[in-house]
Amino acid sequence: MSDAIHADVTVRPPNMISRVATSLRQAGGKLAQEPLGLIGFIILGLLCLIAIFAPLLAPYDPNVQVLSDALQPPSLAHPAGTDEFGRDILSRLIFGTRITIQTVLSISVIVGPIGLLIGVVAGFFGGRVDALLMRATDIVLSFPSLILALAFAAALGAGLNTAIIAISLTAWPPIARLARAEALVVRNTDYVAAARLYGASRLRILLFYIAPMCIPSVIVRLTLNMAGIILTAASLGFLGLGAQPPAPEWGAMISNGRKYMLDFWWVAVMPGIAILLASLAFNIVGDTLRDILDPRHARS
Amino acid sequence: MQDRDLHPVLSVKGLNVRFGRNSLAAVSNVSFDVGRERVGIVGESGSGKSTTGRAIMRLLPPIAGVTAERMDLDGVSLLDRTERQMGTLRGKDIALIMQDPRYSLNPVLTVGKQIAEAARLHMGLRGGKARDAAQAMLERVRISDPERVMALYPHQISGGMGQRVMIAMMLLARPKLVIADEPTSALDVSVRRDVLTLLDELVRENNSGLLLISHDIRMVAAFCERIIVMYSGRIVETLTRLEDAQHPYTRGLMSALPDPHNPVRRLAVLDRAKLDLETSR
Amino acid sequence: MISVRDLDVVFTSGKTENHVVRRVSFDVGKGETLGIVGESGCGKSTVLRCLSGMEKGWSGDIGLAGKAVGKIRTRDELRHAQMVFQDPYGSLHPRHRIGTALAEPLRAMGHGDVWTKVEKALRQVGLPPAFANRYPHELSGGQRQRVAIARALILSPPILLLDEPTSALDVSIQAEVLNLLADQRDERFLTYVLVSHDLAVIAHMCDRVLIMKGGVFVDELTKADLQAGITHDAYTRELFEASFL
Repeated sequence: MSDAIHADVTVRPPNMISRVATSLRQAGGKLAQEPLGLIGFIILGLLCLIAIFAPLLAPYDPNVQVLSDALQPPSLAHPAGTDEFGRDILSRLIFGTRITIQTVLSISVIVGPIGLLIGVVAGFFGGRVDALLMRATDIVLSFPSLILALAFAAALGAGLNTAIIAISLTAWPPIARLARAEALVVRNTDYVAAARLYGASRLRILLFYIAPMCIPSVIVRLTLNMAGIILTAASLGFLGLGAQPPAPEWGAMISNGRKYMLDFWWVAVMPGIAILLASLAFNIVGDTLRDILDPRHARS
Repeated sequence: MQDRDLHPVLSVKGLNVRFGRNSLAAVSNVSFDVGRERVGIVGESGSGKSTTGRAIMRLLPPIAGVTAERMDLDGVSLLDRTERQMGTLRGKDIALIMQDPRYSLNPVLTVGKQIAEAARLHMGLRGGKARDAAQAMLERVRISDPERVMALYPHQISGGMGQRVMIAMMLLARPKLVIADEPTSALDVSVRRDVLTLLDELVRENNSGLLLISHDIRMVAAFCERIIVMYSGRIVETLTRLEDAQHPYTRGLMSALPDPHNPVRRLAVLDRAKLDLETSR
Repeated sequence: MISVRDLDVVFTSGKTENHVVRRVSFDVGKGETLGIVGESGCGKSTVLRCLSGMEKGWSGDIGLAGKAVGKIRTRDELRHAQMVFQDPYGSLHPRHRIGTALAEPLRAMGHGDVWTKVEKALRQVGLPPAFANRYPHELSGGQRQRVAIARALILSPPILLLDEPTSALDVSIQAEVLNLLADQRDERFLTYVLVSHDLAVIAHMCDRVLIMKGGVFVDELTKADLQAGITHDAYTRELFEASFL
């Protein structure tokens, strides 16, 4: 009896919490050696904080119009200037962070698991299943996301949720392809062969052996895609298909600022800088994640 | 002619290699000479044998700190050569033959082009003359139908043939020193002997020195005039015959090898704790 | 324990056909260690894969533990034979802890009392139970191969198929692993089929050796033959000489 208890204590793997804690600690250690990556993570962290605490951080209400203060250049009172309705641009940018983060997170949460599942199933089963899934992927890949979004907007009405659905529908194919490529490699390894030999079911092999090996590349790819997603969402906002006015969506703000660009540059440029910073941060973080998660790509 | 024999081809004294801030040295105080003879370095993984070979050719990554009291090629010091000068030495005066021709040959160039490139770089031959030299070398390494092989890509030839191509490329310029790092480990057993015999022949013909690095102690003993045994970055023993082994590591290694002529129920196992103590003294 | 009749394997890729195994037959008795030696491409690994159930494109008859088995194995049939692979770095899942890797076969076959058995398995191969919480990359090549052996033995199969189990290991580690394999075999009265290109290893471990070339067996040697250096075929002689023996 005491042997069994003893075995439990030394041999049983530690619980989920301590496992997550250890992985985070190890990741943190590796991150400390990449100063650029650290900066990217910090910027990303700040963006998230800004999104969460927007009402506390924004100096003004983003929607209140003060027409007498319209089109003021950047000053101490309005660090980013005001737009054509006298609204403080900085406050609008701060609230706009919420929309950006919300868009990026929603799309990743939809696209990641779907792409992973399709890719891993295609790669693992091969043959007809693979051919079918990949042809479907090719078809979806050839849809231009912007045109699809226009079609959706026409059908469902323009809005943030429509934009999210439209972008998600066309963003999963690259993830599926990536997951499939990884699954093809993992499928032929000795450890999967051994699993088949000791009778592990196909479902278990798929979920417990193959999928975990594909997740790091998928995470990296998703993060790098986020920069592109921000731009696509901004383009949709620019076309009036994303969040509807008066929502302070960055792309829509640029669209508005277009008319005033020559004489009142800050109306368009400030949201542009915000988009630039966010995209850059995501790119840097994606790159760093690749170094941390995939030892093959790490810089020596 | 006489002063060729004045200096050993390679003379190494006090070689140390340390990777980054690692407290353990990969190579520690290694000294040996190679004359116009075949010298073998034998050791297991982590012994530092491959690192020694690459340190001589200065092919280690920048993070490796290489220091030595002396490292002379034919009497001339290698230590104060610039990278550029080392570049002209490599392939011409020192050659390195590596383990797997699948990875050491350029996969996008034909065999003929690669050997001709060596002829161009190291012997200054151009165009047609380089091709002729390449083809002649292929004949020299006993590849039948060299003209056909010249047009093949590395993935189209067998491992044994690939290694002969590697030897052709490396020995074209008749280097003074040939370092062969596990040249037969990736090859089939029946092909190994032929490749080694060929290497041996060419080295003798050019009156060069051969440094054969391998984990296969039997092979090294069969081919080399002197055997250097390395363990944990140090030289533990230098032998001319395996039977003369004195050091506990060498003797332990030999009794750990299964031998059909002396069958045992259980193979002898190395006592590492004791060994580490002895070698660190 | 094992009986093979007219085993034939042809690999087709497009228009080219590769007749890898050409109607070979052999038997292995209970408790016997059979070696198959040959160079790369001779078909020895394919024969092993057919025996294990990994290779499905074969024709002929294979019998394990007295019963005929087909191309697709049932869970019961898989219990008869387990395999130890060549590459210690590739045979363990990089993201699974050692304990998990050892528990998986037990889970898959529906055995209980998993952790007690895992601890016992680790001890039997000479590894401390604390290793259960380590990842494969934290172990050396020799330790990994011990884990692979523990995993193969944890279901107590009567037959162990060994595909070049020590080719990737240093000589001194190889000695330890070969001793472990010999000890386990004697303790549990196991039947081994050992495939290798290394004649010395084969001669040390095996009671009988089949020399394979081009998909057929060209020679058969007993332990006594190996000791005396007796060969019946020129190719066998070639292999002996090439191994500096």
